[in-house]
Amino acid sequence: MTQIGHNIALTERARRIRRHALRMGEVQGQGYIAQALGVADILAVSYFHATNYRSEDPEWEDRDRFLLSIGHYAIALYAALIEAKIVPEDELETYGTDDSRLPMSGMAAYTPGMEITGGSLGHGLGIAVGMALALKRKKSSSFIYNLFSDGELDEGSTWEAAMSAGSYKLDNLIGIVDVNQMQADGPSIGVLNFEPLAPKFEAFGWLVQRVDGNDIDALVAAFDAARNYVEAKPRIIICDTKMAKGVPFLEARDRNHFLRVEPHEWAEALRIIDAGAEA
Amino acid sequence: MRRSKYIRPAHLENGSDKPRLTTSAMIASIAGPDQPTKPAPFGNALAALAHKDDGIVGMTADLAKYTDLHVFRSAHPDRFYQMGMAEQLLMMSAAGMAREGFQPWVTTYAVFASRRAYDFICLAIAEVMLDVKIVCALPGLTTGYGPSHQATEDLAMFRGMPNLTILDPCDASEIEQAVPAIAAHKGPVYMRLLRGNVPLVLDEYGYKFELGKAKLIRDGKDTLIISSGLMTMRALEAAKHLQKDGVDAAVLHVPTIKPLDEGTIVAECRKGGRLVVVAENHTVIGGLGEAVAGTLLRAGVLPPAFRQIGLPDEFLEAGALPTLHDQYGLSTLKVTEAVKGWLSK
Repeated sequence: MTQIGHNIALTERARRIRRHALRMGEVQGQGYIAQALGVADILAVSYFHATNYRSEDPEWEDRDRFLLSIGHYAIALYAALIEAKIVPEDELETYGTDDSRLPMSGMAAYTPGMEITGGSLGHGLGIAVGMALALKRKKSSSFIYNLFSDGELDEGSTWEAAMSAGSYKLDNLIGIVDVNQMQADGPSIGVLNFEPLAPKFEAFGWLVQRVDGNDIDALVAAFDAARNYVEAKPRIIICDTKMAKGVPFLEARDRNHFLRVEPHEWAEALRIIDAGAEA
Repeated sequence: MRRSKYIRPAHLENGSDKPRLTTSAMIASIAGPDQPTKPAPFGNALAALAHKDDGIVGMTADLAKYTDLHVFRSAHPDRFYQMGMAEQLLMMSAAGMAREGFQPWVTTYAVFASRRAYDFICLAIAEVMLDVKIVCALPGLTTGYGPSHQATEDLAMFRGMPNLTILDPCDASEIEQAVPAIAAHKGPVYMRLLRGNVPLVLDEYGYKFELGKAKLIRDGKDTLIISSGLMTMRALEAAKHLQKDGVDAAVLHVPTIKPLDEGTIVAECRKGGRLVVVAENHTVIGGLGEAVAGTLLRAGVLPPAFRQIGLPDEFLEAGALPTLHDQYGLSTLKVTEAVKGWLSK
């Protein structure tokens, strides 16, 4: 496949991840659906371009580890795991219901492919540091990805981990920050201003890239650069994303941290996403 | 109640020349002047075990020297990880190490593990049953540095955490035996640490440590003292003094705080109407004392009297450790007096 063809295929993967997420959201009638739509392109590039894994063996020793620090984004990762055939698609309808393997907040013990228990925010990057150190002990060539949110930049533990990764020169660690500018109490930099973000990570000894997190071509280039960089440094891809990306009437809502969507609106949202497939 | 900081020390005002002890080092020795001791039992035991098990790694938050992990660092420098003075990171990165199949032994002070890193131990380690051993110095009242360093409520906090095994060993010999025992137990463990020159107490009683077991170290018909950690040493010393006064005291040592050996505790408390005293180096809230009380109530066993020796529900004072142990009732003298007082009523 040509690079252009590959990236078009990734766009279709992202569309399908959005579709899976919307169908799960419909089961609950509400949820962290705007985050899932916003991060779908990052997950498509992660799972269908940048990460080695075996769908039938989620604990394959030589896999790249993809850690979801933001447990609330579980709906997004489930959508990616379904698209990656790690979780069967027919489990969509169990999302957040009793006896489901897809609980509202992501937990390692519940879901194949869910590497860590997230949700208490600010845990992922530190666990990633430990796993990166461990992979070096094992002389493994696998990468550790940690997807975390701009809200988690508020947590001091994130910065302990950032300093440690720089100090240990963890070149097998790739952080991905989803900067969607929305937290529980409102726009992220209004809650606690973490900007300028790129110079902070640079000062902590990281290779920093900042890209449009909804631009597949830019994401592919950034992940390639992060994986292929030769200097011994941890790498971070700061991704500016749009909440509810791909569904304009949801993008337009100014308070979309936890979206309530009317029953008829799910069908409308799915129609919009499906129209993208035909275009 | 602390004295106002605007009132000068009394002896400077009244000219008293009564000798005053000094706080000395952060970690004051709990050994008596003529007591046999052993240096760094934890560090030596872990270094020895690691020769046989290459999955063991040591991690600390800038306290290798003060938790005896420096012994491990010297023996296995390539398996030692300095995580910096960052206890949250220490627990998160230990979780990551354990996820990848290693067995991390992490050390810091008990105050920092409990108060500062609780969420990280709880969610990153215990909830997922990871094989991480958390070994912490300065448990309870073992330093004169004041509340910033005195982990008076660590057991209360950690008892509430599911999946976590909790140990409060008494002496050097018990620490040496506990290290391989908890290594063999696959799951998270919190162990209170006595470091430096640690007293040797239990060998003379032929004691052998078993994870999860309470053991009767000496029997006696008048009172049963149930104790853990360094308070077992104090209880055994007190029992010798009480013997001279014709008081026959039994001592039941409970090094594993969780899971609690309820069977042995209930069986001992059922035996003939003895005063039951629980002695612990911990606040009387939420530690061994209340654990035993709850166990006895649930079992329907009511001893003639139940008393607690432990730290008060207060932020404790700074000063010299022997002074503080007297003040808060943990010294051998105070334990002896308390038991005699309760028995005479």
